[in-house]
Parts: sequence; C-alpha cells; structure tokens
Amino acid sequence: MTEGSLITDVRELSSRASVIDFKGDVTASSEKALADAYTRASGKFTRTIVLNFSGLEYMNSGGIGMLVTLLVRANRQRQRLVAFGLNEHYRQIFELTRLDEAIGIFDTEAEAFAEADAP
Amino acid sequence: MSTEDPVAAEEAAPAASRDAAYWAKNVTTLKLGEVPAEAVNLNVTGRRVVGPVQGFGKMWQKTMRVELRGADVSPAEVIKLWKAEFQRFWPERNWFYAPLEGIAPGEVALLNLGLPGRMKLSTGVLVLYADDESFTLMTPEGHMLAGWITFSAETSGGVTVVQIQALERTNDPLYELGYVFGGNRLNSRFWVQTAENLARHLGVEPQVESQVVCVDRRRQWRKAGNISKNAAVRTFVWTLGTPVRWLRRPFTRRRAGQP
Repeated sequence: MTEGSLITDVRELSSRASVIDFKGDVTASSEKALADAYTRASGKFTRTIVLNFSGLEYMNSGGIGMLVTLLVRANRQRQRLVAFGLNEHYRQIFELTRLDEAIGIFDTEAEAFAEADAP
Repeated sequence: MSTEDPVAAEEAAPAASRDAAYWAKNVTTLKLGEVPAEAVNLNVTGRRVVGPVQGFGKMWQKTMRVELRGADVSPAEVIKLWKAEFQRFWPERNWFYAPLEGIAPGEVALLNLGLPGRMKLSTGVLVLYADDESFTLMTPEGHMLAGWITFSAETSGGVTVVQIQALERTNDPLYELGYVFGGNRLNSRFWVQTAENLARHLGVEPQVESQVVCVDRRRQWRKAGNISKNAAVRTFVWTLGTPVRWLRRPFTRRRAGQP
C-alpha cells in the first residue's frame, strides 16, 4: 500500500507475530498507511508486531509521532512492538527520543523474530 | 599521509540519510549556554529529555492551525521568522531565552513560564528537529509536559497554513492534577494565542482551528516517581530562598574578593 511516499507491506511470521516492512518516508502524512498496515498485521492472536525499517529513507519528527501513536494502539491490544533494520542514524533518533525504551531494537529479522516468538 | 583511496572510501561509506542534518545529534543530557542575568536558570543542565513514553498522564495530541489568507508569505519564510523571533509570539508573562545559535538542531533554550497564582516555572527545551518548514522542541525531565511540539507551515489550496502540533503527557501526578483542573485548557489556550499572535504579526486576522484529542486515556503509574524532578516545585522552593540569598550576597561577594 502506498500513502504519500511510504509503502508498507505486511507479512505473517507466525500466528503470534507479523512484520510490517517500511519503504520510503515516515512523516505525519503516513498516518493512514501506518494505521492500515497495523490493522492488517494485527490478527486475533497477534502478540508482537515487528517493524522492518531497512527500507526507511526519510523520517521527520512527525514520523516519530506516528510511531508513538502506533505504539499506543499496540499497547491497547496488549501487543509488543519490536524493530530491526534501523541504520545508525535512525537508531540514534530512537535513542534520542527514547522510543527505544518502548520498542525493542534488533539488528536482524531473525533476532527480532526470536524475541517476537518468545512466550 | 593516508594511503586510502578516497573514492573507494566514499563508495564504501553508507549514504547519509536525507534528514540527517535536521536532527539533534549525540544529546544525552542538556547543556545550556550563556543566559541573561535576569533569567532564572534552573532544571535544565544535566537533565535528559522525555517523550510521551516517559510521561505520566493521559496522552494528548493538540493541533492548532491558522490560515494566513491574504499574507504574501511562503512556508519557509514563516518558519524563518518564527525561529528568529519565537519569544515575540508567546503570550505575556512567559519567556523563551533562545540559544545563541538560534533554533537549530541540538540547541537548548531556557524557559521561564508564568503559572497560575503568580508562580513561576524555570525549565527548558531541546531543539529536536529543525528544517526549512518545521521545527520541533522536546521537553526535559521536570517540565510540566513530557513530549514534543512541532511548529510547521505548508501551502494548502494556494494559502500558507501554520500549524502547531503537540504530542504530550504530563510528567508526573502533581502536574496531572493541575492539568485536570484547568491546566489542560490553559495550555491549549497558550498555543492558540501563539498562533493568533503570529498571524496578526503577518497582517492576518486569525481564525485558529483547534483540535484536542486524547490519544491514550491511561495514566502510566509506573512513572509517578517523575515527581522527584518536578521543576515547578523546585522553582517554588528556590523562590522561597530568594530573601536568604539576598542577605547572604554581600558576604559571598566579600569572600570572592569582590567589592
């Protein structure tokens, strides 16, 4: 799905975990794309949503706000958010905004999946 | 002398993200530069910034928008003006001591805010993000709010539109109590007035659209301990100590060898 300049794709890792792949820009105008992707990723038994940022090309402060809103939505459903594929720059932004205290960050999809599949 | 091939090194290095220049970098705790003598400088240096994840109260998203219909000004020009004269557009009794470098990523500003009951609050903000058409300020520990506020401008239907958007929670239970009993309304009013002041400065009679949405109704009780850094309480205690500091001042100066 394309919204503005963000393309999202959703993959099911297991009955309890799904991945949202991001490609493009995450900004305030990504709200609908993110909400739609979350709805598709969030099944009845989904406990973890894995965010794949390896295709992230641009993010501003509005985009960080969108991720906080996504986090609130996931927490409301008792789901965890974890992320992988962040380059050094975006990893620093997660640390600066202290989003890393709520969204677990991993280097690879395999590591994120291991966390996602943990009981 | 380096034996590295610069072309090969450039190819091997990861490309910098397009937004890299707009974000604050390597900020762990806040550091203030020089501040005017009349400013109360408390609760900033050494503090960490806090976002909505670290706050205590309900999470709010506040959006104030005003069309600059009739003003011949581009979004970039509005933001340039706003960055340069941020203090000018604030409501009375509130002071924003801009950093010497201006509103730029990573800079820290000191705030002296007027609270109800003639109380004062000394705190600060970090410039988290700044580009040509927007900038974002993030609050530190002890500030009334944990979150960030983005000031932006865009063109919509041929008209420049200014927006103030905050994503915030109160930082601790005491602030949350104040927010429930009028603080939330006063805070929204503060930003509506700011948008109005900016529009009037640009020759526009403002009609501000205001939208306040509770994004998360839950309070984060595990963050109640944030109260230990409450900047309003600390500023109040500091204010109570003012007469003592005045009385001690001649002795302190004499010890320091001043006349």
